[in-house]
Amino acid sequence: MAASANVRLRLETLRLTALFGRTAAVREVSILFPAHTVTAIIGPSGCGKSTFLRCLNRMHELSEGGWVTGKVLLDEVDIYASDVNPIQLRRRIGMVFQRPTPFPTMSIYDNVAAGLRVNGTRPRKELDESVERALRQSALWDEVKDRLHASALDLSGGQQQRLCIARAIAPQPEILLLDEPTASLDPAGTQRIEELCRELKRLYTIVIVTHNLQQAARVSDYTAFFYMGGLVEVGRTSELFTKPTVEQTEQYITGRFG
Amino acid sequence: MSARTIRRRIASGVMTGVVAVLSFTAVLALILILVDLIAKGASSIDWAFFTKSPVAPGETGGGVANAIVGTGIVVGMAALIGLPIGIGVGLFLAEYGSGRVGFLVRFIADVLNGTPSIVIGIFAWTWMVKPVGRFSALAGSLALAILMIPMISRTTEEMVRLVPHSLREAALALGYPRWRTSLRVVARTALGGIVTGCLVGVARVAGETAPLLFTALGNLNFTTKVTQPMQTLSLQIYVYATGPFEEWHRVAWAAALVLMGFVLILAMVARWVTRQRYGRVR
Repeated sequence: MAASANVRLRLETLRLTALFGRTAAVREVSILFPAHTVTAIIGPSGCGKSTFLRCLNRMHELSEGGWVTGKVLLDEVDIYASDVNPIQLRRRIGMVFQRPTPFPTMSIYDNVAAGLRVNGTRPRKELDESVERALRQSALWDEVKDRLHASALDLSGGQQQRLCIARAIAPQPEILLLDEPTASLDPAGTQRIEELCRELKRLYTIVIVTHNLQQAARVSDYTAFFYMGGLVEVGRTSELFTKPTVEQTEQYITGRFG
Repeated sequence: MSARTIRRRIASGVMTGVVAVLSFTAVLALILILVDLIAKGASSIDWAFFTKSPVAPGETGGGVANAIVGTGIVVGMAALIGLPIGIGVGLFLAEYGSGRVGFLVRFIADVLNGTPSIVIGIFAWTWMVKPVGRFSALAGSLALAILMIPMISRTTEEMVRLVPHSLREAALALGYPRWRTSLRVVARTALGGIVTGCLVGVARVAGETAPLLFTALGNLNFTTKVTQPMQTLSLQIYVYATGPFEEWHRVAWAAALVLMGFVLILAMVARWVTRQRYGRVR
């Protein structure tokens, strides 16, 4: 990847293979995610892009039969090393899923505070500040500031998804993983999330899986094209979409398959 | 209107009618029971019925205070024993029940669920009455608790399984340990359903008679000692309804009405709790 030398390295995979039992869903993928960039992962359904994403915060191993080979380096430390606690690791890497998943028994406030509370108790004031900051960063504060203690289910789908982003970034993770975050949203909701992506890369390193090529072009600095569990091509988004080096990529981005 | 449309409308009307009649028949049973109980029992219910213990045959007055308190104690203790175990087993089955142990536990729960309640009564008698040499409320509670556990554990399991997998993943991705995910997110989300299941389970065993016949036995006097035989409404109904005195029959009807009312109230609370929980989910 054409990362310039002054960009600090955050996350890198080395020959990462993700398996379900004996079947490999992702094969030998090596990618580098420079700090404060958005990397989009695109590819047809079943190409392993979601599975790949779930390896980056060790969620894949929670799936039935899920295991990996290869390395994922976060600040040069292999997150699959035996002395790394996956629970602690997940607190450093936020994740947002396809469908909004607010905790239905918790208020808006408690949803955002959930990730903070699980990491030990804090003074109320500090918690209040963190919740407000997360909600402001996810552009939800103005819409919910008067009803922080209402049920999270009272929000619209788009608001719920922004709430999930707020919940993911409240503990101030280093990496933010987005798994098709706009798949269940309308165009207006999608646009807000995309704006957020561009905003939040100032603070986080973002990896976003998307089905939507326009979305990848709009929000990302780098794009990785996956096909059949393998990484076909990765590069600056502007270059990958205008002059892809591999024929498969060109066929995909011009809509000839997938 | 074409012939086919007419034919379809007639078929639709007939079927709607059939379904309505069948539904009414189902509801009718409950209505008839209630009407019958009110007609034969309501007139005997007064303040004394709730506050006084039974009097000797031939005398008038008295009440079933001993049986009402006894039902409360026996069923309450059964709930104290049965609900935590039942809920615990249910959570275990839902969260960790995919392996061989889970299969075995589920199978045992199903068999236990189908075991006639009188057999469970005999079991409690063998272990709690015979060795001690005395009938006791505690033995009755144990029998009812054993009846409750498989019911509660299976409903708890069902309710916990209804919680979407995505919610569990969201908690885990946030850095929740697994046990905390199970308790704080999954079980809490299923809480409404679990509470409903518990209330229905309690209501079910509150009316049980057979397992109490040779455990709690029954008692014509007022007592709160759990190591002594104790009266319950169901036992009182059984003894009085089959007894020789007209007065006893009257009391049995009234006691049946009270018991039915108790079960109805529990069922209504269960419905209310369910609505609180699911009414908000859109």
